[in-house]
Amino acid sequence: MGCSASVALVAAEDEDGGTDALRIATEARDRVRFEEEALALADQVYRVARHLANSREEAEDLVQETYARAFRSWRSFQPGTNLRAWLLRILTNLNIDRGRRNQRAPQMQALEANDYFLYDKLADSGDGTTDEERVLERLSQDDVVSALSAVPHDFRDVIVLVDLGDFSYQDAAQILDIPVGTVMSRLHRGRRILKRELAESVAEGDS
Amino acid sequence: MTGVYDEGCAHCEEMMQPYLDHVLSDAEVLEAEAHLQRCDKCRRRYRFEESLRRYVRLAVDEHMSPALRQKLSALRIPLD
Repeated sequence: MGCSASVALVAAEDEDGGTDALRIATEARDRVRFEEEALALADQVYRVARHLANSREEAEDLVQETYARAFRSWRSFQPGTNLRAWLLRILTNLNIDRGRRNQRAPQMQALEANDYFLYDKLADSGDGTTDEERVLERLSQDDVVSALSAVPHDFRDVIVLVDLGDFSYQDAAQILDIPVGTVMSRLHRGRRILKRELAESVAEGDS
Repeated sequence: MTGVYDEGCAHCEEMMQPYLDHVLSDAEVLEAEAHLQRCDKCRRRYRFEESLRRYVRLAVDEHMSPALRQKLSALRIPLD
């Protein structure tokens, strides 16, 4: 009975265009809210994008394209789910579309140092100190930035999402459209590659 | 310094990344921490890894430019 009453109401409102106006107003409100929430995340999105891309310019382009697309297709976002992950999913797809995947797989055999490789190397090559913070001081900011950019994309993507973007393994898997197990193995390997790169920059600095 | 690299250390090394990612089970966390308590060498290395992650985050952190922020706001679809 309540049902037929509301049907009658809708019919009555349709006659004077009332529901349409209501629907449009509700949609406008939802869209504005979506845009505001997305913009509030822009800083965090950019931080991650900066290292998924190869340069600042590329990152800025990607973020702009991502937001343009997000604003156009906001209806496909499911409220209540992770908006930051949704935006990064758009961004990584755009990044792949740009054909940045032409890079070849890294030479695996060269990187199988253990997880403590960098620490041992820094501790060995220094003044004998094993204090963690002091050992780290031997790496400059530039060393770290260039070491990260030297990590091949497949590995860098997961490091950037998990270690810099604080995404869970599951979120990273969804964003990159790969299995969670692959996220874990790439992360493991990627961190070792990063440490190898860092160790190399220390070696270069010493020579 | 507690000395020799033994099987406990090898196992502890395997647990390091998952430990720092907070994905170990409670039992595994206890196991790792029990080893770290008695092994100076592993403890130092865990600490190094933790500091390294923090160091990398800070070193590569880069803010968005105000110009980009404005461009993004301008992409909003105007209400009619």
